[in-house]
Amino acid sequence: MQSKLSLGPVLFNWSPEQWRDFYFQVADEAPVDTVYIGEVICSKRAPLFEPVLEEVVTRLTEAGKQLIFSTLSETASAVDRRLVERTASADEFFIEANDASALEYLEGKPHAIGPHINTFNEESLEFFAENGAKIISLSPEIPKQGIKELAGFAEKLDIELEVQIYGRMGLALSARCYSARAHNRTKDTCQFICDKDLDGMVIETMEGRPFLAINGIQTMSYSCLNLAGEISELQNMGIPRYRISPHSIGTIETCKTFRDLLDGKTSPEKAVEEMKQNTIDAPFSNGFYHDKSGYDWQQA
Amino acid sequence: MTEPFKPELVCPAGTPASLRTAVDAGADAIYCGFQGPTNARNFPGLNFTPEEMEQSARYAQDHGAKILAAINSFPTAGRTDIWKSAIDDAVRIGVDAIIVADIGMARYLHRDHPDQRIHLSVQAGASSPEAINYYCKHFDVKRVVLPRILTVAEIKQVHDAIPCEIEAFVFGNIGMMAEGRCALSSYATGISTNLDGACSAAHCVHYNEDEQGNMTTRLGEFAIDRYSRNESAGYPVICKGRYNSEHKTEYYAFEEPVSLNLTRLLPDLIKAGVTALKIEGRQRSRAYIRNVVSAFRQTVDAYAAGEDPDITDLLALTEGHRQNEGAFRSKTWK
Repeated sequence: MQSKLSLGPVLFNWSPEQWRDFYFQVADEAPVDTVYIGEVICSKRAPLFEPVLEEVVTRLTEAGKQLIFSTLSETASAVDRRLVERTASADEFFIEANDASALEYLEGKPHAIGPHINTFNEESLEFFAENGAKIISLSPEIPKQGIKELAGFAEKLDIELEVQIYGRMGLALSARCYSARAHNRTKDTCQFICDKDLDGMVIETMEGRPFLAINGIQTMSYSCLNLAGEISELQNMGIPRYRISPHSIGTIETCKTFRDLLDGKTSPEKAVEEMKQNTIDAPFSNGFYHDKSGYDWQQA
Repeated sequence: MTEPFKPELVCPAGTPASLRTAVDAGADAIYCGFQGPTNARNFPGLNFTPEEMEQSARYAQDHGAKILAAINSFPTAGRTDIWKSAIDDAVRIGVDAIIVADIGMARYLHRDHPDQRIHLSVQAGASSPEAINYYCKHFDVKRVVLPRILTVAEIKQVHDAIPCEIEAFVFGNIGMMAEGRCALSSYATGISTNLDGACSAAHCVHYNEDEQGNMTTRLGEFAIDRYSRNESAGYPVICKGRYNSEHKTEYYAFEEPVSLNLTRLLPDLIKAGVTALKIEGRQRSRAYIRNVVSAFRQTVDAYAAGEDPDITDLLALTEGHRQNEGAFRSKTWK
């Protein structure tokens, strides 16, 4: 079976126009099978792109993409809860749950479990399968051996496992908004200041070493995950799905490169060189996969 | 007039000696974990062998206190046997409840030991009624330990919408990130909070002093704070370090090194429906445990007797250290 390529949801607060145009370009040019959309980070942002949502859905559907709606990754306030309910109970769509709050709405109907829900072992995998999960996206923190073990169980349970292969990694979520905090604001008074940072706001150590990237309540890696060198190993384990997390630069080209890599039409070395020319200003990393620090990079 | 509800005081123990101290100081329940990666405080020198857990359970129960076993980290596939055997041991020992976080381990515990009382760990990150109800329905969870991200008003709403008891943190060190889903420490060190049970593992922490006496704290290769000789500093964790961004320099990007103290909010929490008050600190000394537990014992008893307790002792416990009420008091914290 051909490996499937997915595009994760846009995690950043792009303007509705940029968001719409990005998905139009995905529909027209990106060789991806599945596209996730929806606000995963902050319920305050969700209304911003609603005016353009319908045309994006239409365009992606017409392009033959499988559409999956992702739910919020952290649910605390009444607004959060309403957003999760509204997204998760939309019967006409395939839903990806990113927090246990969404699971009740999805029980018994085919759905996806997102990378913000911990699926680390076979017991969790079986539980989610029993309750209707068909696709499970793994946390980028899981090392090779864990992925390999999970892949063996997933096949028997008719679950398609998905592994993030590219993009900044979500490392933590908080109740507090750190984009607002950097501007002496709070989550309630933020005035959507996170829209200044298209790929996250870089945090450096006091010694000037770039370390993390802030995206509202989410803290991400500064480095950009890139599993180009690990693709064939993942394919040999039987992983059917590969997920790219979008950035404001080079995402469409990155999709093409990974498509070629999955099809054996290019080499990891060449792919990495190509991607280096057209990506966010951050080094690549693949440390978690190799059971090392997440920022670590083992050359393909 | 009905008597005010008297909440259970849930206290930490990192060693059998601390457990006895906590029991003697008036804890209603003690939580503790086995040695190894199965719990979220996997630090050298801490935690219990199965034999110690058994003896400690007897000590606690003989003195009218409950013992709660925290098996609340996340096994990766291929390692689940270690967690399952910890669960089996805890059941055999007869602990009063097992605190779990991983949905797979909750499934295993409920399936193989259906009579065992289950508490949902804060590490499960169940922060909404929908999430909590889901765990209650599938695993018959009797109590949820709430994430430290909710205001008192939100806790009240949660209480009114769920079938199980609520345990809330009231005192100690609080992390800023959603529990059970934080890979910051793992990103810097390769040792995982979720999978290995260790945030800021001690062997990855390094201190460098310069000629002026300024101290730089490092986690792995990353400098996470720098402070002068006269500044006090807590145990270094990424979410309480100082960093630079393009908008601010040398600032606490996430949170200042404060600890949680909800002493003043206790009556509100009890009114909101909190059944159990939890004190953080399995890594703390016996002297600390004795002081904190005794002070909370007196305060809780006074509130329950309808008295206005003297809380100066409790406030003094964090004197000289910065403390706050985190997300609990209002949304302005967020």
